[in-house]
Amino acid sequence: MKVLVCITKTPETTSKIAFTADNTAFSTEGISYIMNPYDEWYALVRALELKEQHSGTVTAINVGPAENDVIIRKALAIGADDAVRIDTDPKSSKEVAVNIAAYAKDKGFDMIFCGKESIDYSGAEVAGMVAAILDLPYFSFVSKLDHDGQTATVERDIEGGVEVATVSGGFVISASKGLAEQRIPNMRGIMMAKRKPLEVIAGQDVQEDVSTISYSLPNEKQGVKMIDAENMDELVRLLHEEAKVI
Amino acid sequence: MSVLVLAESPKGRFKKAAQEVVHYGYQVAQMTGSECIAVVLGSADNPESLGIYGATKVMHVSDSSLDVFDTQHYIAAVKQIAEQVGATVIVVNHSATGKSILGGLAVKLNAGSVSGVNTLPVITDGFRVKKNVFAGKAIAEIQVNSDIKVLSLMGNSVPPVEVGSAAPVEVQTVTLPKSKTVVTGQNTVDGIVPLPEAELVVSAGRGMKGPENWGIIEDLANVLGATTACSRPVADTGWRPHHEHVGQTGVAIRPNLYIAAGISGAIQHLAGVNSSKTIVVINKDPEAPFFKAADYGVCADLFDVVPALTESLKRFKESN
Repeated sequence: MKVLVCITKTPETTSKIAFTADNTAFSTEGISYIMNPYDEWYALVRALELKEQHSGTVTAINVGPAENDVIIRKALAIGADDAVRIDTDPKSSKEVAVNIAAYAKDKGFDMIFCGKESIDYSGAEVAGMVAAILDLPYFSFVSKLDHDGQTATVERDIEGGVEVATVSGGFVISASKGLAEQRIPNMRGIMMAKRKPLEVIAGQDVQEDVSTISYSLPNEKQGVKMIDAENMDELVRLLHEEAKVI
Repeated sequence: MSVLVLAESPKGRFKKAAQEVVHYGYQVAQMTGSECIAVVLGSADNPESLGIYGATKVMHVSDSSLDVFDTQHYIAAVKQIAEQVGATVIVVNHSATGKSILGGLAVKLNAGSVSGVNTLPVITDGFRVKKNVFAGKAIAEIQVNSDIKVLSLMGNSVPPVEVGSAAPVEVQTVTLPKSKTVVTGQNTVDGIVPLPEAELVVSAGRGMKGPENWGIIEDLANVLGATTACSRPVADTGWRPHHEHVGQTGVAIRPNLYIAAGISGAIQHLAGVNSSKTIVVINKDPEAPFFKAADYGVCADLFDVVPALTESLKRFKESN
């Protein structure tokens, strides 16, 4: 079983978010990066589990500049067999998807896994775009996936519950919580990762159909109004008269 | 030229999400001097009712195979209707369905896309919309440069308003690709407003001490007509189902009222809820970071406060 796992890089979750002086770009100063948790904890680990069950290979792919090699090596340390980096600095989800699809097109992958979204821009679009470019079935927000070698059974999150479906042949998923449990790379994995192949391929030019004009910070709260625990009628009054939410 | 919106009809019924997306499309159409056309896939009760929120026409693809969600079918159907009506802006909800087809639609229509939009576009200088990024810690203003634009609309961003009456319904047929997938089952909780579209949410965390104590949270939610939610540790330990988990790695929500009991307010939790209009925090720890993000705070034992609040609300509901 041949699985392609798409990984991306995001600022660490506790990062303080700031922008350049003219508010047109994200300020990378002092930011430490991690592999996007949905890609690492769920997509990558489930791919490895399926490989352990059925044999095969797991390839990690990232679309980004050379500095991303750190997170690619981590994917190799966790257990991916080899990796590919498409050497370009993508500006949109479509640029990422076009490059991944161009690579995957003639490689015969049985499955392509992405995380359900990146935790920075939360677009949740790349996986669906890759599927559409390659004309493959797509399941979003998959929290369970079993494969018997012929047919896969997937459970995907929908509003207020789950939907179960089966599919034969190639497909794309985006992984949500529950699909697998996080794996921490061990020393042997880290040592082996240094010798695993990491292929670097030139990126394709993609027309920029969306562009970020500016960033701003949300309005600060006015400050909390503390209510006496003995006086819930007062809280109800405020919610009705002041906040006007009930 | 027109604005096409996908009005979802889960189990044949339109919910608030459908009203929102139609009314959003109506407002975009008003701005651009075009009309808002709604597309409905599969069975739906009273599709003409979408006219009330501003659709001038409803294209109803009533093919029963669309009662089951298949990404490729939905994309093919919306694409064909979009081309048929010459849509230049296509809007879907930022729901499980909408998010599943947004990227694919953008590819198939050769369009630029923005997901999770929470404002109407500004069209004075290009076509610009805003969305939350970095888990709500910032807002990005994004310009869509392509001729065709595809957007997913975040719930509770733009309130639906009644502006019209019943719209004419045209029954349409589309050509669907052969499906490679079979939906074998669905397991959803009925009768509850899904979290992304809930206006009122009552949420609880580890301060509840155990799943057996959730009765007081459900009582409060019932009095309010609110949807229940929980923090990550609570979902991880299995006290509550995963779909109730709100936060950075769960569902991001923006209700009118978010009541949090026994949740300290870790940065990852705040990320998923800090777009809520009004936040009430109940916690016995005065140092809980959540108080800093709250509008109203009650610093006391939630096992006393929550039932007392429920009783106050009951009295309020009876007298109003």
